[in-house]
Amino acid sequence: MEMKKNRQGAVLFSDYTRGKSIEKVVGMPRGDVLAEVKESKLKGRGGAGFPTATKWMLTAAAVAEKKYIICNADEGEPGTFKDRVLLDEYPALVFDGMVIGGYVTGAHEGILYLRGEYSYMKKGLENYLEEMRKDNLLGVNIAGKEGFNFDINIKMGSGAYICGEETALIESLEGQRGEPRNKPPFPVNTGFMGCPTAVNNVETLAAISHIVVKGGKWYQKYGTDKSSGSKLFSVSGDCKKPGVFELPWGTTITDLLKLVDADNVKAVQVGGASGVCIPKSQFDRKLAYEDAATGGSIMIFNESRDMLHILKNFMEFFVEESCGQCTPCRIGNVKLLEGVEMIESGNYTFSYITKLKELGQSMQVASKCGLGQSSPNSFLSILENFRDEIFNNGNGGVNVR
Amino acid sequence: MSDKEGRAPESQKPLVVEKPDDTSKIGGMVSMEINERKVQVPLGTTILEACRQNDIHIPTLCHHDDLCTAGVCRVCVVEVEGMRTLQAACAYPVTNPLKIKTSTPLVRKARKHIIDLLISEHYGECYSCFRNNNCELQSLAKEYGVDHYNFGHVQKPRYEIDKSSFSVVRDLDKCVLCKRCVRTCIDLQEVGVLEAIDRGDKTRIDTFMDKPLADVICINCGQCINRCPTGALRANDPRDEIWAAIDDPNKHVVMQTAPSPRAAIAEEFGIPAGKSMTGEMNTAIRRLGFDKVFDTNFTADLTIMEEGTELIIRLFQALVEKKEGVALPQFTSCSPGWVKYLEHFYPEYIPNLSSAKSPQQMFGALIKTYYAKENNIDPKDVVSVALMPCAAKKFECNRPEMTDSGYKDVDFGLTTRELAQMIKEGGIHLPEMPQTHFDDPFGDASGAGLIFGATGGVMEAAIRTVVELVTGKKAEDLFENANVMPVRGFEGVKYAELPIPVVGPVPEILKALVPNWDWLKGATLKVAVCHGTANAKKVMDDIKAGGKFSECHFIEFMACPGGCLGGGGQPIPTTPEIRKARAKAIYTEDESLPLRKSHENEHVASIYDKFLTDGPCGHISHKLLHTHYTPRGKYID
Repeated sequence: MEMKKNRQGAVLFSDYTRGKSIEKVVGMPRGDVLAEVKESKLKGRGGAGFPTATKWMLTAAAVAEKKYIICNADEGEPGTFKDRVLLDEYPALVFDGMVIGGYVTGAHEGILYLRGEYSYMKKGLENYLEEMRKDNLLGVNIAGKEGFNFDINIKMGSGAYICGEETALIESLEGQRGEPRNKPPFPVNTGFMGCPTAVNNVETLAAISHIVVKGGKWYQKYGTDKSSGSKLFSVSGDCKKPGVFELPWGTTITDLLKLVDADNVKAVQVGGASGVCIPKSQFDRKLAYEDAATGGSIMIFNESRDMLHILKNFMEFFVEESCGQCTPCRIGNVKLLEGVEMIESGNYTFSYITKLKELGQSMQVASKCGLGQSSPNSFLSILENFRDEIFNNGNGGVNVR
Repeated sequence: MSDKEGRAPESQKPLVVEKPDDTSKIGGMVSMEINERKVQVPLGTTILEACRQNDIHIPTLCHHDDLCTAGVCRVCVVEVEGMRTLQAACAYPVTNPLKIKTSTPLVRKARKHIIDLLISEHYGECYSCFRNNNCELQSLAKEYGVDHYNFGHVQKPRYEIDKSSFSVVRDLDKCVLCKRCVRTCIDLQEVGVLEAIDRGDKTRIDTFMDKPLADVICINCGQCINRCPTGALRANDPRDEIWAAIDDPNKHVVMQTAPSPRAAIAEEFGIPAGKSMTGEMNTAIRRLGFDKVFDTNFTADLTIMEEGTELIIRLFQALVEKKEGVALPQFTSCSPGWVKYLEHFYPEYIPNLSSAKSPQQMFGALIKTYYAKENNIDPKDVVSVALMPCAAKKFECNRPEMTDSGYKDVDFGLTTRELAQMIKEGGIHLPEMPQTHFDDPFGDASGAGLIFGATGGVMEAAIRTVVELVTGKKAEDLFENANVMPVRGFEGVKYAELPIPVVGPVPEILKALVPNWDWLKGATLKVAVCHGTANAKKVMDDIKAGGKFSECHFIEFMACPGGCLGGGGQPIPTTPEIRKARAKAIYTEDESLPLRKSHENEHVASIYDKFLTDGPCGHISHKLLHTHYTPRGKYID
């Protein structure tokens, strides 16, 4: 698999040669590598934004015979396809990042948990790993470093959205039903097969490879104070140039819309189905952890789109994809969807919709994992931000559409 | 070995932090603040335990004291300072100082919402449910003042009720997906018949390939019923048929009552666990219209004679006759859940199972032969009901091989819960009944039969008899007050060695089988006792691997945790404390009885005299009191 160089970007899409970062780290003490990652202020790119250095430090500090690095490539958030680009076109970044993770945390095994729908990539990635083994970038005494042994396996997901949640992913890897575990204990202490495990997003690991080569300081130059570096955005919807773009954190929605040539935009869904829907009036908001956070999904909707229809689509997704384990998520999402359908048919009361909004707030705090905690986001933000469009009848709540 | 250990899937091991043995050491105790009250708890205590220790009530639904943590219902959420979301108290181990609040507006609202959601999906009405007034969902609704369906209510059933099993009925429309049954089946029993299937709002608890319960490897123990918080699981209830038989003047309806129900039935009438109501129950059963009430302990005594003799024969064959292939250790066969477990998971060990029937089935065979003949009743008119603490007994009495009397030996297995229901329907308040004895010709039985109800009881009963028959000494000379303490208690697996220093003369009843006891002189009898099939699995795997249990001579297995007193037909709820209280009731009653050894039961002696004339394990007893088993395997076609 050849690396494609046609993409433009200051950080992730900048030049990189396979093994460069590995060769550099094996000459450094582990603590120094960790310090470099810490310096970069890199946060998890899956969406939750947990500091990567902290995660690795905790994994490194855990005492155990076996440890694991898992690359979460179960890219399932609606509207996200940036990990596919990285794995397809820049596998060196991802795999080198995993090897570095192994070096820092003391893990001897890396697992790439690949989304079921990406099975077409598996063969190519396996060939790539084989090449790395030939180049001594995987296996024993990697890059000549005595005692540094690490290898990577690819395991396939089967298409469940919930398996992108790290503990559900681990359950799935172990052959169990993909259901999130109780936390604590966190995977950094008790992860895959009960061993300390760092689960990192594809993009996080890719960034590591650059950070190690060019330094944390260099990385920090990009982005904002609280969101350092760059981010890959998967842009879809009503625009002329959809695709994957690398932009520094802090880019405003307006700037992004210009870049992708989008006109007549009514709303932008930031962060996929579990994210928030931002109306035109707030397009000056920044894409950053501290403002409009996203794992990469940007969906653009122009004036012709029906917001209630969009919301219904999202809620149907969550009803289907909830693992069904905890009460707020399993039944709560059904109730929210029913509420959307009531509005759709015009058969609703405002007091019931208010009740559902309160239910959504309870789901956000009482659900077991991030799915249920974030699934009411679009319900709450769309009904709030597009009140007029959705309830614009003036008939005291009975809206005939 | 506690009940909470022994999980099958590695990943689902209980997420608990190891608690220090000595909490006085540094780091042994953690300070926390609950509702601004400072308390100290041992490291690794869950928030729920910490609150309970400090008398702060936290509502729970998926939590059960016998089971590992699930953290799925979310009813127990609390606020933990510094955390963005609410945390499930049952699943959060305290490892560092925490400040928690258990009743803030956010917490109360979330709990109320969760209860509202559960009720919205819960089909049916409380007054048409057997768990009415004993339902945890109903209690939660009451606790949180639910007075209407906030988020609607399902109007139509979504699933068909699975009545395929003789023992367990599943009504998924009442299921709240707490997964207690799943955890019971896989954690506590290591069977694993039930699992969550599908996802999202289609999630349901089901068997492999959605097969009816009768067609999977369910051992019918009914432990899932005892732990279900709602009416989603219940026993297959024969009350209607029994009432019909009682009301039929041509039928002679007899009831045999096992030892455990009498130690627990009072709980159904609001009395705390630990009170036996044997005499009251006898009266109530007669007043319901049963023609006779017999004590299953009689056949428990008979079981000791048959099973003990069988053991002596096996030992004699192996040690004296040096026969090849004598199946030792001998396994007890009175627990039908255990028998089916063995048939499924270790069918190659069927020869080790005692061929003696369970007390229930021995009684069934005798009622329709010996009793019917003695009393000039046509056995076809006899309806034989067995009051059992057990769901699996319903399956057992329907085994095709259990027809040695020429009829179905036992017509109905009735659980403790179901009898309590009949008593209530009969307008009787059990605690007010006068006490009466059991009916002749079987009469009152021994305390040895009674303690069959507790784990270790069969073994203790066997030991009391065997030591006397072999050594010629009194059991009291070897064990204080004839209480065989090494086999008592709730430890998952118990092991004991009994040296036989002296031997006595061979008693009359066994003279046909062994010439003398010299071959046992100086020998050490090795026995083991285990309860709960998860523990049985440990013992079986050890035997397979040639470990210490393979050198045992006799092993008692009970499918249910605690033995029969914790059976799947016993009053709900069940907890370790309740089972302890029931055991105490049983052992106390045993000590109060004049007769405490099976071989001293004169009715047993008389039946060998009059009916089973060729003695224990003789021809007649083989026909009526012994059986055979079916290798089933663990794979389903």
